[in-house]
Amino acid sequence: MDKKIRVLVAKPGLDGHDRGAKVVAAALRDAGMEVIYTGLHQSPEAIVEAAIQEDVDVIGLSILSGAHMTIFPKVLELLKKKRAQRIIVVGGGIIPADDMKKLEKKGVKKLFGPGTPTTEIIKWLKENVKTGKKRVKVQKKRRRK
Amino acid sequence: MSRENWEKKLKNCKERDFKFKTISGIPVKPLYTPDDCEFFDYERDLGYPGEFPFTRGVYTNMYRGRLWTMRQFSGFGTPKDTNRRYKYLLKHGQTGLSVAFDFPTLYGRDSDDPFSRGEVGKCGVAVDTLRDMEIIFDGIPLDRISTSMTINPPAAILLAMYIAVGEKQGVPAHILTGTIQNDMLKEYQAQKTWIYPPEPSMRIITDILEYCSENVPKWNTISISGYHIREAGSTALQELAFTLANGFTYVEYGIKRGLAVDKFAPRLSFFFNSHLDFFEEIAKYRAARRIWSRVMRDKYNAQNPRSFLMRFHTQTAGCTLTAQQPENNIIRTAFQALAAVLGGTQSLHTNSMDETYALPTEKAVKIALRTQQLIAYETGVASTIDPLGGSYYIESLTNELEKGAYEYFNKIEKLGGVLRAIEKGFFQREISRSAYEYQRSLEKKERFHVGINIFQEDKPADIEILKIPPEVERNQKKALKKVKQERNNRKVKESLRLLRKAARDGENLMPRILDCVRVYATIGEICNTMKEEFGEYHEPIIF
Repeated sequence: MDKKIRVLVAKPGLDGHDRGAKVVAAALRDAGMEVIYTGLHQSPEAIVEAAIQEDVDVIGLSILSGAHMTIFPKVLELLKKKRAQRIIVVGGGIIPADDMKKLEKKGVKKLFGPGTPTTEIIKWLKENVKTGKKRVKVQKKRRRK
Repeated sequence: MSRENWEKKLKNCKERDFKFKTISGIPVKPLYTPDDCEFFDYERDLGYPGEFPFTRGVYTNMYRGRLWTMRQFSGFGTPKDTNRRYKYLLKHGQTGLSVAFDFPTLYGRDSDDPFSRGEVGKCGVAVDTLRDMEIIFDGIPLDRISTSMTINPPAAILLAMYIAVGEKQGVPAHILTGTIQNDMLKEYQAQKTWIYPPEPSMRIITDILEYCSENVPKWNTISISGYHIREAGSTALQELAFTLANGFTYVEYGIKRGLAVDKFAPRLSFFFNSHLDFFEEIAKYRAARRIWSRVMRDKYNAQNPRSFLMRFHTQTAGCTLTAQQPENNIIRTAFQALAAVLGGTQSLHTNSMDETYALPTEKAVKIALRTQQLIAYETGVASTIDPLGGSYYIESLTNELEKGAYEYFNKIEKLGGVLRAIEKGFFQREISRSAYEYQRSLEKKERFHVGINIFQEDKPADIEILKIPPEVERNQKKALKKVKQERNNRKVKESLRLLRKAARDGENLMPRILDCVRVYATIGEICNTMKEEFGEYHEPIIF
């Protein structure tokens, strides 16, 4: 049987706009993925820590505050530092096209702009995420600070 | 022809393949007639503008006397950048100011706080101390302009700063006009900007009600907001019901404090969204006015007619803007703005076409302002009051929404009131569910959004974008450092100590906060002092 894709949906920084993150989290869950949602106001450090502990395949960051050029690179840098580059980073939010290009160059695997159907996100993840090595089944999802 | 015959004919007509219902899920019939307004009593249910139950409007002559206030929400970068934008807007005919703060300010954090990294000046203007507010309002006479500030957990601090700027301009507090949002209940439910837990937040809000009714009597103390509830994904009905339930909760806290309802209720104002479903939005505003006046009179025994008035600001729905074919947003916004005007709004913000990318450019924001001016000066819709009143459809929808709202009030009461329902995650779950259902209805094409699931184009949008350069953060941090060096730090410490004592002893916090801002204590210092007493809020995780 195929391994389920594990996704950490995260809201970094001070941004409180969580509609998109929650809709995407619910859609991925309904598409059969294992989804952990961090809740709001997470630091990049806490997000990377949670991603490693939860042994996810993907981090999905949602940023609508304009802080994307600071936060995405920080998360990538921390993953590198922790030797966890196996985990890919994708995201969405209010991000101008120029910045999207720059971030994708820096190593963000894919950015989904406003209006993207959830089916497109699901399709992309199924095609592009390799569900890592064998993993022990992780116990019940828990909230992490 | 008899109705029966017409209905027979109708049955033989083929309908489009579309589910005819409003965004709130109310089924829409092909035709509305007097039968849909059964038990309808003109005097009781509609009345006259400015008269009970205010369904047709809160003022006697509405826009024939004065048009709505055209108030574009704006602010970005440093205080200087924002001051320049305000002068630009006022020059082009805007009639009130509305301040957008950056995220650190909204959360009561200083620009040099580690959590503020990358956020300074990005989605609004950065304010650390009174100095920043002095710059924002430089050359803008506070006795002649009204200012709305979208600020919640630190609302008391920003209001105190505004009062202090007034003092420096020689404008005493009792003639200042404006609004602070100061609506924490909807923060826990929808917008998610918080510092302290709900109970201390309610205490601060009640302190503000008490202080302003004595000292800043023309200030709107809370802008009870459905806007963010809607943006977070609710339906029109949920927006209506939750907003009003929050409003009643503030009234109850004021009364519990021992304030006379007629002393503070006239200064409560509201803030609604204007979304895609044109008629449902208009009905929502009308139902809101009617419910508010009836409950204020019958449940809270208000007697001052001004306590019955639901005065509200409207903003077109940011969440309906599309990144695809952004020029379409101009038209979308125009329809939404028209609904707000037909619904009798007191002030209006129209979104700019480029806001799914960034804060608006000057050009985009001017078009948005012009949209309002077109409605006001060209279309003639402001010539008569509540022109849709008496429309069978509008009256029927108004009744349906009113009925639905009361059903929600009962549900919330059974849960133990708004605060308990927040703790139980009731609103959060309701809103998340509606947001998800809305998204699914788009993906199943039960609902259409041009450029998103119908009439799509592959071509990427080609529009100019406003960029906030990284120097903004550096400059703002430098400015903050300078203020900290120049101020009297002994006085800052002392005022913070007294603030903490007031927080502990239950004394009204407003005079203490004013003392803090006058000596240039930072927003972070003030909030952290109160946080030490009140603690921090952590949300229940629901999706």
